[in-house]
Amino acid sequence: MNFYGIRAIYRFEMARTFRTLMESVAAPVLTTSLYFIVFGKAIGSRMGDIDSIGYGAYIIPGLVMLSLLNESISNASFGIYMPKWAGTIYELLSAPVSWIEVLIGYVGAAATKSVMLGMLILGTARFFVAYQIAHPIWMIGFLLLTAVTFSLFGFIIGLWADSFQKLQVIPMLIVTPLTFLGGAFYSINMLPPIWQQISLFNPVVYLISGFRWSFYEIADVDVAVSIGMIFGFLMVCLTFVWWVFKSGYKIRR
Amino acid sequence: MNKSPTASLSAESSIPIISVRGVSKTYAGGFQALKNINLDIQRGEIFALLGPNGAGKTTLISIVCGIVNASAGSIIADGHDIARDYRAARAAIGLVPQELHTDAFESVWATVTFSRGLFGKPPNPTYLEKVLRDLSLWDKRNEKIMALSGGMKRRVLIAKALSHEPTILFLDEPSAGVDVELRHDMWRMVRELREQGTTIILTTHYIEEAEQMADRIGVISKGELILVEDKEVLMRKLGNKQLTLRLRQPMSIIPAELSNWSLTLCEHGHALVYSFDTQTEETGIAELLRALGEHGIEFKDLRSSESSLEDIFVSLVHRPMEAQA
Ligand SMILES: Nc1ncnc2c1ncn2[C@@H]1O[C@H](COP(=O)(O)OP(=O)(O)OP(=O)(O)O)[C@@H](O)[C@H]1O
Ligand SMILES: [Mg+2]
Repeated sequence: MNFYGIRAIYRFEMARTFRTLMESVAAPVLTTSLYFIVFGKAIGSRMGDIDSIGYGAYIIPGLVMLSLLNESISNASFGIYMPKWAGTIYELLSAPVSWIEVLIGYVGAAATKSVMLGMLILGTARFFVAYQIAHPIWMIGFLLLTAVTFSLFGFIIGLWADSFQKLQVIPMLIVTPLTFLGGAFYSINMLPPIWQQISLFNPVVYLISGFRWSFYEIADVDVAVSIGMIFGFLMVCLTFVWWVFKSGYKIRR
Repeated sequence: MNKSPTASLSAESSIPIISVRGVSKTYAGGFQALKNINLDIQRGEIFALLGPNGAGKTTLISIVCGIVNASAGSIIADGHDIARDYRAARAAIGLVPQELHTDAFESVWATVTFSRGLFGKPPNPTYLEKVLRDLSLWDKRNEKIMALSGGMKRRVLIAKALSHEPTILFLDEPSAGVDVELRHDMWRMVRELREQGTTIILTTHYIEEAEQMADRIGVISKGELILVEDKEVLMRKLGNKQLTLRLRQPMSIIPAELSNWSLTLCEHGHALVYSFDTQTEETGIAELLRALGEHGIEFKDLRSSESSLEDIFVSLVHRPMEAQA
């Protein structure tokens, strides 16, 4: 194991984050605060409780997940896309690092950053609504697992993309709709039966449901199924990255 | 080094540090950039790879360094197969790429620290300081790379390549876009590295650079390695000048009195060609001309010509088949 190599990549990525601390932190915190004001306070005050949880508190896990997914994907995809774009990837390709070490470095840094951000948003939420966390360990577990999985997904997008447009297109066209339809702002039980069935094909539903369970012990789908789905998606991403590195697809000519 | 017995030393040094066997490369678009390359680089030498634009120099280097996958063939670097044992092979290699790819927002110090770590070496600020000082970058260590000039960026790339103490250093056109002073600095640095035992492979378009630096020279053209020669040997060929005398009266044989000089007759006896070595003190031209006068051999014209490495290079590149034969 090239421990120094992993550390070098990790530090490089974290340094990039801290160089742009304002953009990295201010934007998501501001967005989330706006959500709380609009959905939590303004609209939420006229909404009934869902599963006996006040609407403002109900949307917190979903909002955290929303930021977590977006940040994980954008951090990791940008992290690996930049060296490709700037040409500095030559060094990574010529270095004695294995694909798993590259992955630990980039995905580790992206996940670290989004977990920190998730915590920050939870802290921000305290200013707007009171909420309790029933299972803090599980909550952290979901946070970490989701951050890692979606950083990995972002990494794949970054490897695949060969323009800034492509870097944006998957998050915009796929991830944003999936997160909005993933039950961040509602329980899927509120949907007509047919849409409930369709929602079960949306992986984000399982994430948000599981995460919300760790707060309030209420869930749209069984927690075990949620955990299983995240692990499944993690495995799919890992296999894909493994294949990308083995074949040299889009990286080694 | 000094402690090891001479016998084993010479045995070791006869094993090439890089051994390229039957390497070909066809790019995704179907273009064949390298055709069956076989090349041995000796430990501790400076090897210059010459060739026109698009000959395949960068492609070959990229394959050895692990940036491009070969379509066929195998490569051993520092005793390790570059595919099977890539960690050990790559750890031994430093690469200064042709293009100035740098992390614009990083400081010089951060980027060399990163490179050292990436190649699996424990931190060593003292060594990195020495590298930066040798390249006159120490004063710039806290500057962002984007604030540096092109020549300075080239130095940063060299510092990055040296940061992990490689035993093999590839310099892909180190003097592109570099002023005379920096070029001489670089030559000096390369010689110092060689003295410390580093093997250096460089590509260049400047024949002068190859003449100044290299122990051996390889010429690559259209993806084929068409010549690999000791520089001294090449210089001797190059050192040969020819004096051509056009005679008033054609002669059928060279008179015995002129046997002291290496002369040949050509143009059906109308021209006498004298080949001499420019490296020696006495060219023998004055004596030859005197002897010709004494024997009543008149000439109407004389002209001297010289084959430069450039000429050899150009003729090789345009007539690869003849050069091979
Ligand atoms: N990624 C690529 N895809 C397709 N063809 C490529 C690729 N990279 C290089 N080539 C082609 O391969 C050939 C060799 O290129 P290479 O960069 O190795 O040449 P070079 O000898 O280094 O030239 P120069 O002196 O200009 O640096 C060129 O014809 C080039 O167009
Ligand atoms: Mg080149």
